[in-house]
Amino acid sequence: MEIKDVKIKNIPYEEFNDNETLEKYLQELQANGVNVVLGKLDEIINWGRSNSLWPLIFATSCCGIEFMSAAAAHHDIARFGMEVTRNSPRQADLMIVAGTIVHKMAPLLRRVYDQMAEPKYVLAMGACTISGGPFVNSYHVVQGIDKIMPVDVFVPGCPPRPESLFYGLMQLQRKVKVEQFLGNQERKR
Amino acid sequence: METIKKLVLDTVPGALIEEKQKLTITVDPQKLHLLASTLRTNSELPFDFLVQLTGVDRGDELGVNYLLCNSGDLSKEIVLKTGTSDRDNPLLYSVADLYETAHFNEREVYALLGIRFINNPDMRKFLLNVGWVGYPLRKDYNPDPHLNPVSLESHDIIDKAPRIRELEDGSLVEEVGNVFEDDDYIINIGPQHPSTHGVMHFRTSLDGEVVKKIDVHSGYIHRGIEKLSESMMYPQMLHLTDRLDYLSANINRHGLCMCIENAAGIEVPLRAQYIRTIMDELNRISSHLLAWATHTNDLGAVTAFIYGMREREILLDIFEKTCGGRLIINQNVVGGVMFDLYPGFRQDVTAFIVYMRKQLKEYNRFFSHNVIALGRMINVGLLKKEDAVSHGVTGPSGRGSGWSCDIRKHMPYALYDQVEFDEVIRYECDSYARYRNRLDEIEQSLHIIEQLIDSIPGGEICAKTKAVIRLPEGEFFSRVEAARGEFGVFIESRGDKFPYRVKFRSPSLSLVSAIPLICKNEKISDFIGIGGSMDYVIPDIDR
Repeated sequence: MEIKDVKIKNIPYEEFNDNETLEKYLQELQANGVNVVLGKLDEIINWGRSNSLWPLIFATSCCGIEFMSAAAAHHDIARFGMEVTRNSPRQADLMIVAGTIVHKMAPLLRRVYDQMAEPKYVLAMGACTISGGPFVNSYHVVQGIDKIMPVDVFVPGCPPRPESLFYGLMQLQRKVKVEQFLGNQERKR
Repeated sequence: METIKKLVLDTVPGALIEEKQKLTITVDPQKLHLLASTLRTNSELPFDFLVQLTGVDRGDELGVNYLLCNSGDLSKEIVLKTGTSDRDNPLLYSVADLYETAHFNEREVYALLGIRFINNPDMRKFLLNVGWVGYPLRKDYNPDPHLNPVSLESHDIIDKAPRIRELEDGSLVEEVGNVFEDDDYIINIGPQHPSTHGVMHFRTSLDGEVVKKIDVHSGYIHRGIEKLSESMMYPQMLHLTDRLDYLSANINRHGLCMCIENAAGIEVPLRAQYIRTIMDELNRISSHLLAWATHTNDLGAVTAFIYGMREREILLDIFEKTCGGRLIINQNVVGGVMFDLYPGFRQDVTAFIVYMRKQLKEYNRFFSHNVIALGRMINVGLLKKEDAVSHGVTGPSGRGSGWSCDIRKHMPYALYDQVEFDEVIRYECDSYARYRNRLDEIEQSLHIIEQLIDSIPGGEICAKTKAVIRLPEGEFFSRVEAARGEFGVFIESRGDKFPYRVKFRSPSLSLVSAIPLICKNEKISDFIGIGGSMDYVIPDIDR
């Protein structure tokens, strides 16, 4: 199938890292063929979804402040349609976990994740959420949130700059854009 | 201080008095409360401010160090030490009836070292879960992750507080008290709440929409920094302080570097002192700008939030050009600073000063006299001076209660004794005083930078230090004025390249400990506004 359909404004496809994962994912999704009409309908839906991902900010520490910078005027997350930060998990599409997750917080993080409605995505922002970061040897720190719940995008940095966060969000947008709800259902002929 | 020594010996004849970095007095646990209350109430020099309460595992005994000072003159300090050799059931006497700030600190010592305090009305573990196995700061702690696995099961919060009380005849009884009354209506604010400025959990009982009582639960971002530091060499542990109170990252790190330099006798070059002072003040401005932005956001002014963040971004650019970091600055090292100033630094900072003065006027014009803002801040969240001292509320919030508690004035470090600035003090004790204090402090910080920026001398930016820094045996303190109040560092060294015990005095812990007091009988909606005016940072509390 044509991979060029996954378009993000201003950044050409070739300049993204890790295109292989996306291609593999797309191949997997399209293995059974795509219905022409429903496939196009999917594209329209995904165009809308990917440009209005509403994030829930699970900010525990420093990375949360960098998210605030990203949301403010200078970096302006509204360019990506993501300025509508929801504080209720029921209304959010995307959870941005920004900051260290510790033992006491782990059950609460999982509970908030469980409360989100499908389809839902998780972005792990910062070294602490990826592996425990500088606190990896601590007795009270969870060594990576992927031990608790599935993660779509990891954004490294301590804390990551707003630009890196945007890059991670654009990677997520690409992932959302190739998803199919209607077009690839296996039908019995 | 001679009269104080005499007073100590009169009160407790067997006390051991040592002249170390600070005047240190070691007493029996039974005499500690008597001595502390005598020192607190004596008319000559009352030691009414408990700066640090540090639990230490000394090997042969579990002990506690108290750093006390006089609230009128912060440079008059005294250290009390006590300890018990019973490791199975260590009991010491509480000073929570003398110093309000001891409540949370003693609960923290219980969670991390297992020492329980007699007569403290609430002896729940503060930072860790109730069922945590072992006491992390003890030297014989077993760090096996199988003992304390990551659990995804939520536990109910039981509002029962165990305590130990001493009866008149000297016998001890263990009791369980209720935190709330049976028919209280309780709501949870936090831990995942956008307006608590972090992951704090306030269990709030309400009468209608009026707050009756707040119970603070902490530890949702407890990262074990103090324990981690014990296994790191001195230069290695520097980066952890940046991540305590990340909004005044540079000042925290300055405090730790100063403590190590004083202990090891390292002379910091003059140019490094200039850079440190200027960067500290820029950091303070960026922190106050963020505090202002989030406070106004809490009160409903979303545009103001965008304004504050806009000005802050200019400072972040300056930080980035200097040392590559935006939020976490990583500039100070032992002996000086890591990076020199970039060529256009002076122009950038001077331009910022002019711009910021203009913006401050604008802030005042469109928010400080807004009728809604005034209604939500004036006479709301009253914190009297005695309470501020007792809770240890320092920084702009403490000075909003009329307490002169600026470390830069009382115990000048770096170049603060060579520059001229006013300590901003207000006497209204309400949210509005704290709010105005921050804006005025930005002006004072600009004034300090102005005096230094044109006369930065040339020369080295970092003193030559040994590759492995060893501190001599002893106990070392340093205190700096961070953006939220007094940040303190305590290092106990046994002559090794690793510290034996590190303790960070968090300004935000005191701010939060005062929240239940000042929010009582206020509206629940004002609780958020008061929290914004106190401006605490949670990772600083949990460490």
